[in-house]
Order: sequence, then C-alpha cells, then structure tokens
Amino acid sequence: MTELQAEQAAAVPQPEAGLQRSRYFDVLIALAAFAVLAILPMLTGSKALLDFVIRCSAFGLFATSLNLLVGYTGLVSFGHGMFFGLGAYGFGLIMQRTGVPVPVAFVATLVITTIIAAVIGAICVRLKEIYFAFVTLAFQMLIHSTILSWVSLTGGDQGLRGGIPRPAFFGIDLSNHVHLYIASCALLVIGLLLMRQIAQSPFGYTLRMIRDNANRASFVGIDVWRAKLTIFVLAALFASTGGIIMALFVSGAYPEFAYWTISGEGIFINMLGGVTTFLGPMVGTVLLLILNDTVTRLTEYYGIVLGIVILFFAIGLRKGLMDFVVEWYTQRRNGPVE
Amino acid sequence: MLEIRSLSKSFGGVKATDNVTLDFADGSLTAVIGPNGAGKSTFFNLITGALKPDSGQILLNGVDLAGRTPPEIVRYGIGRAFQVASIFPSLTVHETMLAAVCADQRRASVLHRRFPLAETRDRAEHAMELLGLVSKRNRVAATLSHGDQKLLDIALALVLDPKVLLLDEPTAGMGTEERWRMIDKVRELWEKQKITVVFIEHDMDIVFKIAPEIVVLCYGRILATGTPEAIRRNEAVIEAYLGSEHHAGAAI
Repeated sequence: MTELQAEQAAAVPQPEAGLQRSRYFDVLIALAAFAVLAILPMLTGSKALLDFVIRCSAFGLFATSLNLLVGYTGLVSFGHGMFFGLGAYGFGLIMQRTGVPVPVAFVATLVITTIIAAVIGAICVRLKEIYFAFVTLAFQMLIHSTILSWVSLTGGDQGLRGGIPRPAFFGIDLSNHVHLYIASCALLVIGLLLMRQIAQSPFGYTLRMIRDNANRASFVGIDVWRAKLTIFVLAALFASTGGIIMALFVSGAYPEFAYWTISGEGIFINMLGGVTTFLGPMVGTVLLLILNDTVTRLTEYYGIVLGIVILFFAIGLRKGLMDFVVEWYTQRRNGPVE
Repeated sequence: MLEIRSLSKSFGGVKATDNVTLDFADGSLTAVIGPNGAGKSTFFNLITGALKPDSGQILLNGVDLAGRTPPEIVRYGIGRAFQVASIFPSLTVHETMLAAVCADQRRASVLHRRFPLAETRDRAEHAMELLGLVSKRNRVAATLSHGDQKLLDIALALVLDPKVLLLDEPTAGMGTEERWRMIDKVRELWEKQKITVVFIEHDMDIVFKIAPEIVVLCYGRILATGTPEAIRRNEAVIEAYLGSEHHAGAAI
C-alpha cells in the first residue's frame, strides 16, 4: 500500500467507532423512534404522511438488508429485489388462496424465502464480484419472467388482483389504515434492530473480514462460502419482509415488485445514503422517496433528475450522505486533518 | 512433527514442487532458501491448502492434511503469514485480533451476542504484546506502516495458537535495520512460543546467522538440507546458488 492510500484510509472515519455501545442503547433508540412514529397519527390527520412512512418501512428494510450484503460483506447483489417481490407475491398468494391468519402467512412466506434464497445463494456466493452481480441479476429476471408467464398462479402482468384479505388477529386489523401503519413501523423497527444486532455480532465482524480480505479470512479458519451464504439468506428474509409490507400496503402484488429496477433502486438508495453507517440506507430511502414524490409531481423526466442527483453523490461527494456527515463530524471533533 | 512425503505439484509442464520429502521437528526453526522461482512460495501454498498437491502427503502429528481446505488446515494448527502483508485494512489492530480469536474459538457465526466477546480478550491482548502492537491497538490496519502491517500479519497467524508457523519472507520490502529488528522478533517468538517456525528468506546473512536448520530449494527440488555450516560447504549449493563469494566468506 502506498503512503497516499494509507492517508486516504486514515481520512475515512471508523464506521465501527461506536462498537462498544451496548445493545440496550440500540433498543432504547429503537423504542424512542417507535414512540415518535406511533404518536404521529394522533398529531396529524395526513393520510399521505402515514402512507409515506409505510413505504419507507418497506423500502428501508429492503435497502438496509441490501447493505448487509454490499457494505458489510462486499457482495454487490444486483438481484436483491427478487426477494422483495418474492415476499410480496408469497404473502399475497398465501392469504388469497389459503385464508390462514396473517402471522401464519408471514412466517410461511419467510420459510419459502429461506428455501429459495438458500438455493440461489448456494449457486451465487461462490462467484467473484462481477459474476456474482450478474448471476444474481439473472435469477431476478428468471423470477420476474416466471411471475409474468405463470398467469394462472400470479395473474401475469396484471399482478395479484382482487385485494389481499387481511383478517384481524390479536385485535390488529390491517385493513385499518392506522393499524397497518403501526404494524409497518413495528416491523421496520424490529427489523432494523435485528439487522443492527447481526452487524455488531461476532458474525458481523466475520463479514467485515470477508469484505476486506476473503482469502486471509479463510486462513484464519473461516468458512467463507458458508458465511456468505448465511448472510445472503438472512438479508433475503428482511427484503422479503419489506415486500410483505408493500403487499399489505397496496393490497396486491405486481410484477414491478420483482423487476430488476427494484434492485437498482436498492443500490441507488445505498449510494444516496451511504454504506459505511448502519442507518445510511434508511436515510437514503427517505431521500429517494421524497425525491420520487416531489419530482414526479413537477416533471415527467423523473429519471433524468434522479440520475443527476445520483451523479452528484457519486462524483461530487464521492460517498453517500451519511458517510459524508459522519466524516465531517469526525473531522470536526478531532480537529482538522493535517 | 510436520512430515512432508513426496509432495509434488505441476503447473502445465513445470514442476513447481518435485517429489519433496522433508521433516520439521517440533520446536525447530528452519529457513527455506532458493533462487527466484525455486518453488518456495508454492511449497508454502501446498502445506497451507492454498494449492492442492498433485500427489504426496503432508502429515502433521500423523494426520494427512494434503488436499484439505485452508480453514481446515488452520484448525489443525498450521498458521501462515504472507509475503505481502495480508490484513483486514478497515479493522483496527485490536478488532483484527479479537475477530481472529473468535474464529479460532468457532464463534465466527455467533449472532446473538455483541462483538467483542469477553472470552477473546486475553488471547488478543497476549498476541498484541508478543508482536509489540499494543500501543497501536486502535489504529486502523490500513494506516499502519509497512513494518507494522507485516507484524500484524504475523500476529494474525500467531493469535490462533498454531503448532507450526509458516512465514513467507517476513522481511520482504524492509530496509536493512528494519530487517534485523523483524528477524530478531521472529527468533524471539520462536523461543518464547516453542512452536515450529519455517520461514522463507532471501538475505543470506540473516539466514546463516539465525536459522539452525536450512532447506535449499531449486527448481522445485530439495538441493540440500542441514545446518548453516553444512550448507555453506555444500558443493551443489555453492554452484547453484551461493556463488564463490559466500564460499570465500565461509572459508575465512
């Protein structure tokens, strides 16, 4: 490594700076966040705002789970959106066809996701960088075309129509807008807490070792393939949960949920928010959805505007927003870097 | 005891390791020398599982390790450091040690607890003390000097409590003074830890000064093995490798 590289590395803030903080601190923050979100419906009658938070929950879980792969393990998946779609379709179909209670359908969807992610992961995680990216993308397209062509099951390009039944359970009625809102917030907060725990566990550090230097990790005694497969499946579960929230929200499932553009948006979100902090993707989600909602209202050239914003972050800042904020904060605290 | 039995590996038509049979006694310190392309690194790669041998056995205390994967071989007790320091650039020195101990204790997949685990602390501390990295514990590995990165690489092997430690050119890329400091460190580790150490080295002054046993490789074959005195006097070695200069030096 040259001196210049070492200098650059020195300037990068330590993403793990807060590693000594206990998990109780995380739980406390999560509870506070949940409390704020939970009283929101009492403060405002705005249905649009609650809708916005529900969508943030769905995409936030999806994007944060993608960061477990991209940011923590160095696995850049271009097909992570397939599990988002799988969650939406799996849950929608189970509810429509079997009429089991919501929690049962939820668990069953996660079981199906686990099995499919394990099979796809077993094939993909052996591959190196660009091949991994492309093969995950190929599987995404495979699932998308299956959804399109298996009309009798999935409704083809029309999607799952006729609404998803949402019978009440434990006094929770998901067809009630506020109930659905609270349930989404709860899933988001619990999901983030679990992913935070994964990131800060010994396994989370195994992932960092693999990201930094997979070859060395294997000479420390780590089964790299197994660790990669494990995180691939775990990340799929959270993406699937995001898809379930989405299916509940729109009361249906559409082929776009499983299209590659969902994966692309996940990558966009991570670039916007940053991959070196745990909450970067969450910040990116809020940014992207705000952008999406405002820009589509103003112009039909949504793609161009979004592209320019991405270029600003990628070329201008050379990092996501949270990366930038954390770096700025660290430098301020430690004084200017000589 | 590490016993290598008729170990062979070819790349295309080139025999990188050609029917090598060698014993490394427990607690021995051996230098492997040989001209560039002699197959020294290949030899290490075969022992540590980075390459699969075409034939032959690698017996560690009677267990054949030939053809096993690197993580398996590490668990049997063969650790290695690399010619170009192989570290985890974004982790601090301390985190690197803690994570490695975690892996060694088969806790690399633990999900329900927080890193670092209390039971990994002592060993991590001990390894940092051995390599003199305690004062740099909170430095991110990428920001360490070249020499410290090499030390961290060795610490990464040593923290796993190996029975055999393979060091691929521990002094590569160092200035003269730094070389001697590094090699003193290696000798000190060998004496303190009472483990088997095998190292590759180009500097003949260093080899002859500190290694009780020397193995000379040439074109993948063993040219000679023995004590520094025996190697110095060995006709084949002089002809193939050392040249008359060292011979003259030895004569005086």
